[in-house]
Amino acid sequence: MSGRDAILNKVRASLGAGNANRADAVRDRLSGAPRGLIPVRGQLPDAARIDLFAYQAEKVHATTERLASYADLPAAIAAYLRSKNLPASIRMGDDPRLNGADWSTQPALEILRGPSDGNDETGLSHAFGAVAETGTLVLHSGGDNPTTVNFLPEHHLVVVDARDVAGDLETVLARIRDKFGKGQMPRTLNMITGPSRSGDIEQKMLLGAHGPRALHIMVVGG
Amino acid sequence: MQITSPTFKANSVKALSDAQLQKALGNVRAGFIDKRKKAVDALPEFEALRENGKAIKDHALAHLDLYLENYEAQVKAAGGHVHWAQTAEDARNIILDLCASRGVKTVTKGKSMISEEIALNDALEAAGVRPVETDLGEYIIQLRGEHPSHIIAPAVHLNKEQIEADFRRVHTHLPADRELVEHEKLLTEARAVLRAEYFKADLGITGANFLVAETGSSIIVTNEGNGDLTQILPRVHVVIASIEKIVPTLEDAAQILRLLARSATGQDMSVYTTVSTGGRREGDPDGPDEYHVVLLDNGRSSMLGTEFQEMLRCIRCGACMNHCPVYHAVGGHAYGWVYPGPMGAVLTPSLIGVDKGGHLPNASTFCGRCENVCPMKIPLPKMMRHWREREFERGLNPAAARYGLKTWAFFAKRPSLYRFFASLGIPALSAFGGAKHRFSWLPFAGGWTKHRELPAPEGRTFLQQWAQREAKKQEPVR
Repeated sequence: MSGRDAILNKVRASLGAGNANRADAVRDRLSGAPRGLIPVRGQLPDAARIDLFAYQAEKVHATTERLASYADLPAAIAAYLRSKNLPASIRMGDDPRLNGADWSTQPALEILRGPSDGNDETGLSHAFGAVAETGTLVLHSGGDNPTTVNFLPEHHLVVVDARDVAGDLETVLARIRDKFGKGQMPRTLNMITGPSRSGDIEQKMLLGAHGPRALHIMVVGG
Repeated sequence: MQITSPTFKANSVKALSDAQLQKALGNVRAGFIDKRKKAVDALPEFEALRENGKAIKDHALAHLDLYLENYEAQVKAAGGHVHWAQTAEDARNIILDLCASRGVKTVTKGKSMISEEIALNDALEAAGVRPVETDLGEYIIQLRGEHPSHIIAPAVHLNKEQIEADFRRVHTHLPADRELVEHEKLLTEARAVLRAEYFKADLGITGANFLVAETGSSIIVTNEGNGDLTQILPRVHVVIASIEKIVPTLEDAAQILRLLARSATGQDMSVYTTVSTGGRREGDPDGPDEYHVVLLDNGRSSMLGTEFQEMLRCIRCGACMNHCPVYHAVGGHAYGWVYPGPMGAVLTPSLIGVDKGGHLPNASTFCGRCENVCPMKIPLPKMMRHWREREFERGLNPAAARYGLKTWAFFAKRPSLYRFFASLGIPALSAFGGAKHRFSWLPFAGGWTKHRELPAPEGRTFLQQWAQREAKKQEPVR
């Protein structure tokens, strides 16, 4: 008998499994995917929800900035890099929303395309969505926003459309399901809540363990 | 790893007199309890979410075979592979085969307690594969040839001076006169050393906090980002997870995520929560080519349908040990195997046998804090009592304890005899107590009197005093 059958048989024997209602219960749960309890914290009107998102993100040591439109993005990025004494260079994927900005307004800014090989100081990504309840960004893998850009650069700049800032994680997950199809997922879904940190040395919390030391969030519109 | 649970008592004595350890254990008390409380108090729905989390896991366990089948089908549909391991040895062999067939020389590893449970690093090294732990705490203890002393803070038993000494001993490629006293310097050095390892690795191994039946996804939760670099840079990503990690849907995982980080570190959400489904897709510029899951049973299926089934709700947050007076006193290594603290006291006898792990459920004051803080409402003290019963039934506890308990039970079942002997014994003990009214030595009580004096009884039994007070109440008021 294969390991698979042996394990499943033992599970069935221990549970005393055997009636058809069990299969129905499982099918209903998987197809319905009922939402559980959604905390009231994030259930706010648009403006207040975006404020809460920024507040929660800053509480976990991200920095945030509001931009009126994508047109303001190149200048905001150049200003961030100058303020941190970083080289005028960013690594990014092929996201059409980022490509849509007029980068020629910042001729000194070098734009490197594609996944990161670990030699980039600063990465730029566009988030799929965000969660106000916890200050969390949600990004998914693919050519538009390579996953390596989320983790290898020292500074991670993330753009999110104000309309994509949801109150709760469940709402963003439902939008992922709408985009990719029921039961389908992108290879990686990253939920990011603040910059990387570790408390493993004497429980003292320090930023910048393996991922970015700094996370800067730019909310566009709203 | 060598199991030292049978010598828990000796381990504890050693731990209590270890000054370095006692200093480090202060960080557990100071670091976790207040943070958790603040985070929990800030979410009014926390109690209701605990009920939901419990219900989700109970449902998943009651239908585990069906959810496992659905999970497997979804992993395959996403291009991944599922390997079933009945035992630790099966799991090790599956991973060694994957390494051998793909010519793997270096393996990076995210934090995984299952890896500890199956003693994977020893097996990899024996096969000529170099395992590199990438979680900072795990990396530190790997350098020391130690095992985690806490399920989420593996190096909590160490002080920074010890870590500095280890880094100086191992990182010999760096200048010997470098400054390394500050916490930040230690972190930066480990970051640089491990950054190079991620790129060298051919295969990355992570654990899983959840397996999602709906989508065939594995979810890991980290603060460092090491689990992510471990899975996106090598060619092959292998997830090792035990079968009870299954939840039905993404929504179910979202509910329990609200409990996990708050209970573990007092965060609303850990920094990185990552959902992984299969390998690299068409058009993906990065990520692993192959995605494998090793599903481990190792005795868990035998816990289903027993009084220990509820233990399988555990989400490994560590809150029980963070709040345990016994853990605070002796630390994690004294428990002698992979899982310490109250959850370990219940799980260890299940997985390695009550004959080896029997001391652990006895190392409890039954204060109940573990159950109070457990996000999944696991009745840990009740289960420790079940283990004590089984230990007694199997005649595993010492003769003196068995004889004493049997003698006590004989009298306890015969109240009039009990009262008669107590009414003789209590005044006698009271009289023997001497001027100090305390004992510095008593037969059969050496375990107590060796360290402190035992107060002598006051002279009458509880029932006698009760009767006297009741009689007084009846007296007419003059």
